Amino acid sequence: MNVNADKVLSRLTALDFMAVDLALYLDTHPNDRETIEKYNAVIDEADKLRAFYEDNIGPLYSFRSGSDENHFSWIDKPCPPDWCFNYSFSGKECC
Amino acid sequence: MWVYEKKLEFPVKIKNTDPALAKTILSQFGGPDGELAASLRYLSQKFTMVTPQAAAVLNDIATEELAHLEMIGSIVMQLSQDADVDAIKKAGFDSYYVDHGTAIYPASAAGVPFSAAYLQSKGDPITDLYEDMAAEQKARSTYDYILSLTDDPDVIAPIKFLRAREIVHFQRFGECLDFVTDYLSENKVFAMPKTDCMNNFKKSL
Repeated sequence: MNVNADKVLSRLTALDFMAVDLALYLDTHPNDRETIEKYNAVIDEADKLRAFYEDNIGPLYSFRSGSDENHFSWIDKPCPPDWCFNYSFSGKECC
Repeated sequence: MWVYEKKLEFPVKIKNTDPALAKTILSQFGGPDGELAASLRYLSQKFTMVTPQAAAVLNDIATEELAHLEMIGSIVMQLSQDADVDAIKKAGFDSYYVDHGTAIYPASAAGVPFSAAYLQSKGDPITDLYEDMAAEQKARSTYDYILSLTDDPDVIAPIKFLRAREIVHFQRFGECLDFVTDYLSENKVFAMPKTDCMNNFKKSL
């Protein structure tokens, strides 16, 4: 991992969380145009960052992500539950 | 179908082992108000939910609960994996350790294995949504109790995140209850002859 993986993962996690929460809100407010605009913007930015993550760090999706030619990179460690996969958020929570 | 994304919904990075705390947090994995029960409850109920908003909410919250299950498993694993046998004994973790080692097994803090009896899928959309709102509050209370049991900021951060999600889910289910109540109380008027019109018709013959 030569790029700053923590930074990329942290931004991607933030964007995906925004997408999860906005989508859930839109389930019950499906005609809220302002939120749809926000949702689409978040999805757009997340898609670009996801492509960067997959090119530089590793595959993200089961049976969606491409692999290296010689080795199926999906199986590579670390796994999300591992300490070393994650970045620290301790003390930064806002709620 | 479902696609797995190889990252956590919120990061879990815990420096210190604490098997006693691990044992209590395990309840949110396979306990009565845990994430597995939540996800299975909503995944089961979605097949008979009546309005498109409520069906979407059940599907999407059920999906998010699986991400929470993975976070809880990660917390329990990081809190217990490097504990030595002395620490395990001292923490009262030995009764779990003898059956599961430091593996993640869906059980409550008291060691009761996961059961589908924790959840209901009733086919009555109002009944189901009240159950869902209660479930979110029960999980929120459990997270409150967990927060009262630790002062480790590495654990508090993800637990606070999960607690906040229970509140958002409760709100979304409340909105669904409104939609479904309105939908069920709508007057449905179908064109049909008045009851006496056939009598009048016969008389006229």
